[in-house]
Amino acid sequence: MSLLEIAGLTVTAGGRRVVDDVSFTVAAGERVGIIGESGSGKSVTSLAATGLLGAGLSASGSVRLDGTEVIGASDRALRPLRGPVAALLFQEPLTALDPLMRVGRQIAEPMRRHLGLRGQELQDAVRTALADVSLPDERIARAYPHELSGGQRQRVATAIALAGHPKLLIADEPTTALDVTVQDEILSLLDRLVAERDMALLFISHDLAVVARMTDRVIVMQRGRSVEQGEISQIISAPHDPYTTALVASARALDAALDEPAASGGSEGSGR
Amino acid sequence: MTGVVEQIEDAAPRRRGGSRTTLVIGLCLTGLIVLLAVVSLLWLPYAPSDISGGRLEGPSGAHLLGTDKLGRDLFTQLMFGARIALIVGIGSVALAAVLGITIGLIAAFARPWVDDSMSAALDVIIAFPVLLLAMLVVAVQGASLWSAILAIGLAMSAVIARLTRILAHRVLHEQFITAARTSGTRWPGIVAFHVLPNIWPTLSVSLALQFGAAVLAEASLSYLGLGAPPPNASWGRLLQEAQGTVLTAPVGAIAPGIALVVLVLGVNFVADGLRDFADPTRRRAR
Repeated sequence: MSLLEIAGLTVTAGGRRVVDDVSFTVAAGERVGIIGESGSGKSVTSLAATGLLGAGLSASGSVRLDGTEVIGASDRALRPLRGPVAALLFQEPLTALDPLMRVGRQIAEPMRRHLGLRGQELQDAVRTALADVSLPDERIARAYPHELSGGQRQRVATAIALAGHPKLLIADEPTTALDVTVQDEILSLLDRLVAERDMALLFISHDLAVVARMTDRVIVMQRGRSVEQGEISQIISAPHDPYTTALVASARALDAALDEPAASGGSEGSGR
Repeated sequence: MTGVVEQIEDAAPRRRGGSRTTLVIGLCLTGLIVLLAVVSLLWLPYAPSDISGGRLEGPSGAHLLGTDKLGRDLFTQLMFGARIALIVGIGSVALAAVLGITIGLIAAFARPWVDDSMSAALDVIIAFPVLLLAMLVVAVQGASLWSAILAIGLAMSAVIARLTRILAHRVLHEQFITAARTSGTRWPGIVAFHVLPNIWPTLSVSLALQFGAAVLAEASLSYLGLGAPPPNASWGRLLQEAQGTVLTAPVGAIAPGIALVVLVLGVNFVADGLRDFADPTRRRAR
């Protein structure tokens, strides 16, 4: 049994199909990517996986998370799954963190709830969780989100997502809002944590290079449909769908443009 | 990484000077009235209804603000009035806060049609003049201090409920609520830990402003004879009693007027200063 089984998922918003008949699975410990342009239904798919679609969106089809049917299930039935089974990491950490709660407490809350930790034990767990995401400074726990940098915030959000020891981490464009150098740090961090904790990863991005780095298998989405699925190496070397072909070609063109100055031994800051 | 935190801690003491000054002035003005009220519990120059001097005497050593038309000491009445103003202010704001926040949260979480009809009902109540609503309550309950608190509190709870509903709706659409739900937080936890703290900075400022409005509403009710009955010397009633003699003994009208202005202005200044202190993102991010 796979950890996440999505079969024929369709999400409609006011008669429009935002996600159209999408099917895929994520097995325990597997790393799967979803790639597509903005508005292709990637994020909606990730929210539907945990039953957190906003008002005005309705889902049909089947989403089984660790054996439990998510579509049509009550909040009460899904709550035990959120945290220990699946956790979400959002694109913009500033809006995903409560601006008026110290970050230490935001990490502590899910730990208290899911792991039953209290008092000193809880404080130690928060410190460990922050150290795990490379935030060893003890003052971070007492800071408010706006007092941290973008990269620090995304590390804190990661610590919160991992607080319940999830089997599946769903990362919805976790580095899109960050600087390129910080992006690389966060990707390395996620890579390390997913490997260390033997988690499954559902990584959503519009960046083929990032998806290729983070995942083994990829689902290509366009206008709500899944147009192609397969091993990442196979998708890159032999794309079938015209959209995938275009995606790969543009990534190659960018790569080539980046390589060019280096290949011709160009000096730094050649302005090309 | 440590550099960022240090920079923040350096920046923390540099708060905007203006709002701090406003808060201090507000607290001083309000404190003056609170002091009058507290002292009145322990000591009064004369008994409130004691005829201790001649009629309409001017200020003197024996009577700091002179006497009213029955020969009662005005300063005593003014001190007593401070007590009433504060009791009505605190009572009606507390009632409005409890009732208003509860109703507002219920509306924010209710199904859309319940929410819509509740907000329509609130708009009707808000459109109704406070004094008219108060007269209704007084007509049913009889004029007393508690009727005044009930009437003003009820009218204000509609304003607070509407504000709470709007603020809660806005917070509920924030991503951190979804994020809290993805980590398995129950709805009561979301209200207590995320919604209330995030709407409180705005709500507390509004409650402080409502306090000033409540004091004014009580004075108006008493002025119209719908407030606390005679042995209780409300500022509104002092103003009403001094109305006929305002040209011959102006102190009788000026003193309670100034007392009202000091309290309402003080509370409004506190509300303004509070705005920046209740919200850590505004307090520190400057």
